[in-house]
Amino acid sequence: MISSLILAAGITLSAECPRGFELVGGSRCELRTVYQFYDSLQNRGVGGTQTSLPAHVDGYSPQQIDLGRYLFFDPILSANQVQSCASCHQPDKGFSDGHGRSVGFDGELLPRSAPTLWNSAFLDRFFWDGRAKTLEEQAKGPLYAAAEMNNTPEALLQRLNANDNYRRLFSEAFPGSKEIVESNVLTVLAAFQASLISLNSRYDRYAHGDHSALNEEEIAGMNVFRSFVARCSECHTPPLFTNNQIAVIGTPEPEGMELDIGAEKTFGTSVLKGGFKVPTLRNIEFTGPYMHSGVFPTLREATEFYNKGRGHAVPNGVEMQIHWHIWEPDLKEEELDLIVSFMKTLSDETFKPETPKQVPSGLAVLADVQESSPALDAKSKSEMQAKHSKSDQSIPKTAMRR
Amino acid sequence: MNKSLLLAAITLAVGFGLGQYLAKDNAPVIKANKPDKSFAGGYEAKQDDTLKSNADVVLPGSGDTITVNPGQKIQDAVIAAKPGDTIMVMPGKYEETIYIDKDSIRLIGVIQEGQRAELNGRGELNDAILYSGNNITVENFLITKYKGNGIMGQAGNNFEIRGNVIVDTGVYGIFPQLGKNGIVSHNIISGIEDAAIYVGMSDNIHVAHNEVFDSVAGIEIENSRHSIVENNYVHNNTGGILAFITPGLPIKTTYDVIIRNNFVVGNNHKNFGAPGSTVAGIPPGTGILVMAADEVVIENNIITDNKTAGIMITDHYNAPNTTIDEGSDPYPDQVAILDNLMLRNGYDTIDEVKALMLTELKTGNPDIVRAGKSNDSCIYNRHRYITVGINDFKDCEFNNTKDVVTYLLDEPVPPREITAENKGKIAYLGICTGCHSYTGRIVGPPVQLIQALYMENPQGLADYIANPVKKRDDYPEMPPQNYLDEETRLAVAEYMLSRTN
Repeated sequence: MISSLILAAGITLSAECPRGFELVGGSRCELRTVYQFYDSLQNRGVGGTQTSLPAHVDGYSPQQIDLGRYLFFDPILSANQVQSCASCHQPDKGFSDGHGRSVGFDGELLPRSAPTLWNSAFLDRFFWDGRAKTLEEQAKGPLYAAAEMNNTPEALLQRLNANDNYRRLFSEAFPGSKEIVESNVLTVLAAFQASLISLNSRYDRYAHGDHSALNEEEIAGMNVFRSFVARCSECHTPPLFTNNQIAVIGTPEPEGMELDIGAEKTFGTSVLKGGFKVPTLRNIEFTGPYMHSGVFPTLREATEFYNKGRGHAVPNGVEMQIHWHIWEPDLKEEELDLIVSFMKTLSDETFKPETPKQVPSGLAVLADVQESSPALDAKSKSEMQAKHSKSDQSIPKTAMRR
Repeated sequence: MNKSLLLAAITLAVGFGLGQYLAKDNAPVIKANKPDKSFAGGYEAKQDDTLKSNADVVLPGSGDTITVNPGQKIQDAVIAAKPGDTIMVMPGKYEETIYIDKDSIRLIGVIQEGQRAELNGRGELNDAILYSGNNITVENFLITKYKGNGIMGQAGNNFEIRGNVIVDTGVYGIFPQLGKNGIVSHNIISGIEDAAIYVGMSDNIHVAHNEVFDSVAGIEIENSRHSIVENNYVHNNTGGILAFITPGLPIKTTYDVIIRNNFVVGNNHKNFGAPGSTVAGIPPGTGILVMAADEVVIENNIITDNKTAGIMITDHYNAPNTTIDEGSDPYPDQVAILDNLMLRNGYDTIDEVKALMLTELKTGNPDIVRAGKSNDSCIYNRHRYITVGINDFKDCEFNNTKDVVTYLLDEPVPPREITAENKGKIAYLGICTGCHSYTGRIVGPPVQLIQALYMENPQGLADYIANPVKKRDDYPEMPPQNYLDEETRLAVAEYMLSRTN
């Protein structure tokens, strides 16, 4: 541990923007993408192949983004000093975690699945139920949720300020600031997440005009996807493959879980009962299981849901105003396969950031979480609990006091 | 109950003759043809930033002509075509889905002695024609038996869809979505289970001279602005012409819509819309329906024999199957009803309308019905119609729309203007850096190494990226970047060679 702290003391922040960004004016990283060659109706960033993206956040400094990266992987953010953001948003799992429902600090299953963080720079609604409007606001959710990282603003800032490395790095990222304050913690987490850009998939090459980038089957899949029979693209609208609206589609919950009312709570209206944010489909092949509570293990099953009839999984006695595009498309089995083939052309991880080997706290970066099984059964759950409680005990006292 | 009804009847009997010509608090207001003033319209091309670009548009029809004969695939011609080309499809039967993901293609069915190029989906294929390119023309086809849409645009500006006959085809006949500056004219469309013509999330649209019938909705303008619907023959649909804001879509407004000079006749068809669809809630017999849309001007239509009402105006709260969206204003504001010829409407109206009429002590067959809130709306010559719910409509300050000939643009919407230098930089940062870093290896060789090879030869590098060949055994083959145009390829090569970090 002491050696890892010594190594951590050598951490410096990158003065270069992440790939895909241009350093402007010496301190602003601005996104560059070929989609900037195009326009979109009303500048809303929804359309067809050659359509500009929605408004996005950028302009963070290279140092802020890099500090965000360290913080993202650092368990110092959680009360038990075991969990980091990356526990549930693992780079190798599409920045999700391979679980249907994510696992809280005590090993208990949380109610919802961890959404991908790819392209979150373009979103203006966060969480499955759309209750946050910015990445900064979103970050407070898991940080302070009792079942998740279980921290408090006071404890978090106290720990960060007690760490020499973080004090040094924050003053580098925010010149002139003496103390680490919450807003800067949220800023760097947002800065890092806003740098996760995935817009160079094979589909994108097709969209920009290289029609050989997709094979015949994938093009057929794209045409089913955007057909008005399947209607996928009416909500999963290019170029982001989400329109970032709330939709009530009526997926079932996993067995034993009670109905999640979703956006009904956020917006205070029962017409949005069971409403959830339309998720992006970019890098979707890496982020199973699917839907807000991960009820479908595979993309094929998730696709098949839409073919089974409007409201077929709504529990008896529950009134749900199912979205108008959910109908009975009567797609053939082959067509469902084609849609899945097409969705896999939306994968692109070329700008995946590097996972730091050391984090400023000196705590271990949780590589082991990345290897946990995708389907969490009772056995692995109890193992997880054991692992967590063991890790709790193994937190070095020196790190705790610092 | 009986007593109050009776009382109502007596009040009506006394007040009816008078009440017809009385606005709520005013003396009689019969003031025809004054003022003689046009609606000013809501669009100024000069204010439209998207038109300020000087980039060139490849004009449709400026290239070669490709002919397709029966037995050949139309899609093969689309794949072979380059922007500017025209594809002429000879009469005969074609069973395929055509998709156009490139700009400036004209797809034209040749009509010979009344015989058309027929696109037939056999009840199995999804859509007949999908396009996402700009400057697309689709003309003179016969389209039938598809499960989805006849003609569907997903983005694409400057479209022209005309002269098509679309029969018994799925969900929408013609559905341009997310486009700007488009015309839908002279099409004949029938037997559609949603809207025969559906303009969704679009700007500067002209829908004219179409015949739409036997469908759930005739013509629908949804979440769109600066649109004119004129000179159409709209008959025997469930609802004739609709101007909607549908909540829950990413573009959230409808305003500046002119509906004029249409025949809206006998739209009493049984509603066969898909359960849960917005149109499934439309009562049969609705001539023109405005839901939440703003600045809708209804002028000079012949609106007859629609059994529920000639014109109905509603907010989101009074519409069935409608969700709530904090970004969408639920109220239809600044609706203007100018002179329309209205006859024999509302003769078999729904209970909700009857109840509304009762609250105003009105009898008879309603021409115009408004439910829910509406701000700053107006009506011209209100005394001509049996109305309910429009007492707070003001008298319109204009009585025609003749100053607004069209919202179509004089010049096509141009592509975004970007200098070659910026294109090079954007492509380098947005694409190349995924595989090439300045010094180290990511996927491909480092930029320094490329610079050593090509420093004096940017054109050579530009040519290579269009058509890469495998050069190094220990590196994967580079995918071609030929989707970037020649100018951009050279610019990106120059930018890469100029890098110093």
